[in-house]
Parts: sequence; C-alpha cells; structure tokens
Amino acid sequence: MVGCRYCTRAWPAGTESCGVCGSKLVSRDRQSLQKVWAWWLVALLCYIPANLYPMLRTSTLGSVSQDTIVGGAITLAEHGSYVVAAIILLASVVIPTLKFLAIAYLAVSVSRPSSASQHTRHILYEVVEYIGRWSMIDVFVVAILSALVHLGSIASIEPGPASLTFALTVVFTMISAQSFDSRLIWDQLDDDQEKDPIRAD
Amino acid sequence: MAQTEGQTPAQAPAKTTVARPAALVVCPSCDALCRMPRLAHGEDAACPRCGQVLAAPRHKAGMQIISLAFASLVLLIATLFFPFLEISAAGLSNATSVLDVVLAFTSGQLALLVLFTAGCILAIPALRMGLLLYVLIPLVFDTPPRRHAHAAFLLAERLKPWSMAEIFAIGCAVALIKVKDLAHVEFGPAFWMFAVLVLLVAQVQRNLCSRSVWDALEAGGSAVPPLQSKASRA
Repeated sequence: MVGCRYCTRAWPAGTESCGVCGSKLVSRDRQSLQKVWAWWLVALLCYIPANLYPMLRTSTLGSVSQDTIVGGAITLAEHGSYVVAAIILLASVVIPTLKFLAIAYLAVSVSRPSSASQHTRHILYEVVEYIGRWSMIDVFVVAILSALVHLGSIASIEPGPASLTFALTVVFTMISAQSFDSRLIWDQLDDDQEKDPIRAD
Repeated sequence: MAQTEGQTPAQAPAKTTVARPAALVVCPSCDALCRMPRLAHGEDAACPRCGQVLAAPRHKAGMQIISLAFASLVLLIATLFFPFLEISAAGLSNATSVLDVVLAFTSGQLALLVLFTAGCILAIPALRMGLLLYVLIPLVFDTPPRRHAHAAFLLAERLKPWSMAEIFAIGCAVALIKVKDLAHVEFGPAFWMFAVLVLLVAQVQRNLCSRSVWDALEAGGSAVPPLQSKASRA
C-alpha cells in the first residue's frame, strides 16, 4: 500500500500517481535527506551575511545609522522598547538558530538509532514547520519602514543588503523543512512498540 | 475527537453524517493506514498514531468558505489602493498603501524581495482564495466540477505555508513601535481592512476540510462514483 500525502487516499503499492488529486506517489522519498541537507546548507550560508550586513539604513537630520539585526534589537532595547526588541530577537535570531539545530537533529535522528521517542520528534517537526514562516516578520518590518518613512531630510529609511539574504534564509529553511519526509521518523518502530491496530489491513 | 481506529462506521445518526462509506486513508505525516469512520459534522478524525487531524467536516462549510473567500478577495483588492499607514513629523507627512510597501524594494538590487513580498502578502492569498472559489462553487451548487478542479485544489493546498498575510499584520505592529519615537503614525483604512482580511483567511482555514473536498471532487468527477454505487446496493 502507498498513501497520497495530499489527499490521504490509499493506493495499491506501485501505483505511480494518485487517482484523486494527481500528485506523484512515493512510499518514501529516497532523496529526502539529501534535499534537506542541501537546502539547510544554502540557508546557513545565507544566514552569515544576514547577520553581518545592515538590515536598515536610517538617516535622520543628516546623520546616517546602519543597523544589523542584533544591532537594531539593541537600539530598540536602549530606547526602552523591550517587548519589541524581544520579538525581533526571537523571530530573527532565536527561531532561525533553533530551526537550524532542529532540522539537523531530525535529519540525523532518522539515519541512526535515536533516544527520543517518535512522538517527541514528530511534535518537534510540526513546531519547526509551523513556526518557520514567522521569521519573515523582520523582512516585512523592513519593507513597511522603508515604504513609510520618506520624510525628506527629517527621516528616511532604506533596506540594507541583509534584508535580502535574511529573506532567503527563511525561504530556504522552509523548503528544507518541507523536504523532510516525516514518515521516516516512524519507520524505526520496534515490533513491541507497534501499537497501530489496523496496520495488518 | 473521534479516533479512526476500529470504529464501526454506522454509529453516528444517519441524517447529519457526511455521505461517505468507511474508506482507507493513509496518514500523510506518519504513514499509518487507518480506517476512516463516518463523521458527523463538527467531529474530527485524528490519526491514532501521531495525532494528525485527517478530517474535520463542518456543517454548511462550503457555503461559508465561498462567502468568506469572496469577501477576502474584495478586501484584498481594496487594501491595495487605500492608505495603510500615515506618518507625519515636523509638518511633513507620507501615506503608504500596501502597493507602496511592495514597491519599497524596487530601488537598488533588491528587486527579488519585491517579488517575494508581493507574492506572500498579496498574490498568494488572492490566488488561494480564487482557487478555492473555483473548486468549491460547483461542489456547493451541485454542478459537475470545473476543468482541472483537482489540480486547482492541490495547488491551493501546496501554497498554504507561503500565504503570509497574518505575519505581515504583526510586522505592521512592530514597525509602528519602531518609528514611534521618530514620527507620529496613524493607521489608515486599509490597515483595518487588512486586519479583517487576516481573520477571514483564518476562518476559511478553520472551516476547510480538505478530506471532504477531495471526497466531493471524486464523487462529482467522471472517474469513479463510489457514493452512488454503494447507495444503490444498500
């Protein structure tokens, strides 16, 4: 038996494409891990310039300041906006870093015996998939600010090169997480762990 | 929440059930083979092994989704042209529409970001709502599915993670606090439209049970009509 990942319909093993929704059927994506690691590496490469180059170029009354992601959060905290600084740090630093670690951990854990239970890892995967998109928040903030703040010599904000590389980081980690075939997690079930009553169907 | 394992399909009262006999489904996230019970409207079926929700039919969901999707399309087009945020400092002021936000990246070598931002906050949400209307209108009004309805619904499903309207809304709030010290900022009418839009899209998502749509597409399509044959035999 092979199942369609989009419409959940079951088909006899060997069926090539789903008769309901037309998507390609594969029991396991053999290249899943390769794709995960490839996108993961590209995302990591993009994440380095995203942290080194300025995200925003702010000019106010003749003085120009350039803020990197972390620098911008520190400036905000100095002005007393601790909550916003925390949101920026969480969305742009903590979540991407944890996401890199989580995807790497999941990819490693399916290729060798793992101590964490299937359920823990399954929840980890769902969290990674759900939360990854929220890192885009910083890119949107840059977009809004640079469109909004055009007040001639008083104040103007322009996007820096890091906005592009950071957006690419988020996109590539999202694709990396999507390439991961979560069914691989469940392939390591031992016989005594097998609790699914209708597998024999 | 009804578990899919080993239940007899005839438990729920016949009147409110979704007209579909028990079928085998394969959990998309853990590959467990499950027998889908007959669900009453408002019930959920979850995978017994990993807990993934497999089906969640809702009463009159089709009509609701059509109206919500139509409303959000109208709002989406309206937000394009009305001012979103207005800023003023020392007598100078500037009003920004969503279109301006998208075009903010055109200057310089960041044109790639324009495409991406426009796609995630405007094009993809609009496309998804359009596709849902295209697929669901014939289903709700009992006419045969349109051409390529299957492909259209599949595309709508695959685009789901890339529709980022709600993230953009939170981004607005953060941006607002960031410029608070610099200038005076006010929400324009489009901001409130966008806020409503986010709620509408979330409501569409809550009502949409893709399993039911696939069943209906399969039943209405010319390929196999499992509902009719089963019903006539019974």
